[in-house]
Amino acid sequence: MEPAVETESLTRVFNPKKKKEGKSVTALDSVDLRIERGELFGLLGPNGAGKTTLLKILSTLLLPTSGKAYVAGFDVEKDFQEVRKRINMVSGGEISGYGLLTVRENLWMFTQFYGMKSAVAFKQIDTMLELFGMVDKKNEKVRTLSTGMRQKMNVIRGFVTDPDILFLDEPTLGLDVNASRVIRDYIVEWVEKKPDKTVLLTTHYMAEADQLCDRIAIIDDGKILACDAPDTLKRLVKTSTMLKIDVTLLNNKSVLGEIPGVEKFTYTDDPASNLTSLKFVLQDESAVSDIVSEIVHSGAKILALRKTEPTLEDVFIKMVGKGFE
Amino acid sequence: MTETWLLRNMRAVRGRAYPRIIGSTREPSWVFFDVVLPLLTVSAYAYIYKFMKAPEEFVGFVILGGAMTAFWLNILWSMASQLYWEKEIGNLSLYLMAPISRMSILAGMAVGGLFETTLRATSTLVIGILVFGIALSLSSPVMLIVVFVVTMVALYGMGMMFASLYLLFGREAYHMSNLMTEPIYLASGFYFPVKALGFWAAAGSSIIPITLGLDALRQLFYPSSVSEYGFLAIGTETLILAILCIVFIVLSKLSLDYMEKLGKTSGRLTLRWQ
Repeated sequence: MEPAVETESLTRVFNPKKKKEGKSVTALDSVDLRIERGELFGLLGPNGAGKTTLLKILSTLLLPTSGKAYVAGFDVEKDFQEVRKRINMVSGGEISGYGLLTVRENLWMFTQFYGMKSAVAFKQIDTMLELFGMVDKKNEKVRTLSTGMRQKMNVIRGFVTDPDILFLDEPTLGLDVNASRVIRDYIVEWVEKKPDKTVLLTTHYMAEADQLCDRIAIIDDGKILACDAPDTLKRLVKTSTMLKIDVTLLNNKSVLGEIPGVEKFTYTDDPASNLTSLKFVLQDESAVSDIVSEIVHSGAKILALRKTEPTLEDVFIKMVGKGFE
Repeated sequence: MTETWLLRNMRAVRGRAYPRIIGSTREPSWVFFDVVLPLLTVSAYAYIYKFMKAPEEFVGFVILGGAMTAFWLNILWSMASQLYWEKEIGNLSLYLMAPISRMSILAGMAVGGLFETTLRATSTLVIGILVFGIALSLSSPVMLIVVFVVTMVALYGMGMMFASLYLLFGREAYHMSNLMTEPIYLASGFYFPVKALGFWAAAGSSIIPITLGLDALRQLFYPSSVSEYGFLAIGTETLILAILCIVFIVLSKLSLDYMEKLGKTSGRLTLRWQ
């Protein structure tokens, strides 16, 4: 059986409309990817990494500049109608639909573009509204919904046509904990109940990718840097030591990255609370004493110091040399 | 073309038409904005004709023209600029991604728009007839239906073509609509017989289906005025309108395919504010 998604040297370059508007941007750079059917696959990367561009090509909205992409065994360029029958997509922060329609009507409208019979569509919509805790909202106009409710409705729109492959582009972006949890739980449940279905999820929430995905590809600057199961990826930094230190606002931080034994170093400043958070990937634990000495020498106070288990963020820092923020 | 493909596209037409059809019941304010306000303009022309003691049918011409302006405004603001607006709110990419012909979406917009606008235009017509005591002497109800149908198909075909072209213009689309409002009122003879413009100007305006459609409807409602005010014979006007139906629908398909190809190459159709 063909994989759900396969790309070969997939490249996408965006050229400016006019030369004076700037340089070309390579959003995807020779991406090779293979996602098997039944996988819940995550694409993890910061803003501008190329995640959305990849999804747009796979969902037939954009053509590659070079290379090939296949979805359910069909070429996205030549057999796009076949691809479209088998996919759906939901994006975070989507405001699709029409505000004057009710939630139920809005979802029904989108099912019509996939040729669903109305009776089947309404039955499926009602079931999903119940699962997402939105039964009481079904006859409310879309324009009256909160952001979280609206996004739940969008997610239902993606699932209700029962696609073989579902693209979820930052589906929990900007949502509160409860709304995010409902959406994540449903994604996992859907893939577990229907083993032939595939989800390709893009996110820049590390914990979300870690919790949901069977495999994850880390992408930055249009390139896939690593692709494996979350635990396997984390083992890449298992031999290293992860150290987090919170200090009072620290001015000269660059020197910390030059201490022998420090493999990677990132930081975030929070001037409002007079706090600097430092993160280190250490090759050698003996570097800890040098780091502490350097901080004390600079006049800052150490507020907290902890050695941590490797996370996907540590993997990302090790590979890219920078954090997500 | 399989039955499944046809059914899917027919359902898509129904799905896209639905928000417009149901919109008429959800936003009752349209009665004031789309019926009462246009009647004010129509009334101004009607009173001018009455004051000048113009032939009785001129008031009827104005009422008919006033009703038909609703269709032209619907074409400009709810058809031509609609795909651009759909792009801004994020619907366009969902439409493009669906396994249907893009023409189904445009056809759905047209069917929905035609339904809601017919409701509004009929209201304007009925109220205008009652207020000004217009006497109509319809010569052929069947021909009236034929002329109305071909006019609407040609007009909404033109709107479907504009919808694709407006995507190309992006934000400038709104200026285009403004530019095509008042001049078309003049060129299409909304408030006077188009024959008054002279043969060549009227012939040039006939590229806009509502020009010939309106002229033919006036001739059908006032058979006695045909020789004096009618531009071309009703049969000729109907034939030209039928040709325009085919031309505009084919052009709308070609322009939509071109825009989709351009959009997939440049990425412009899925990026907002471009």
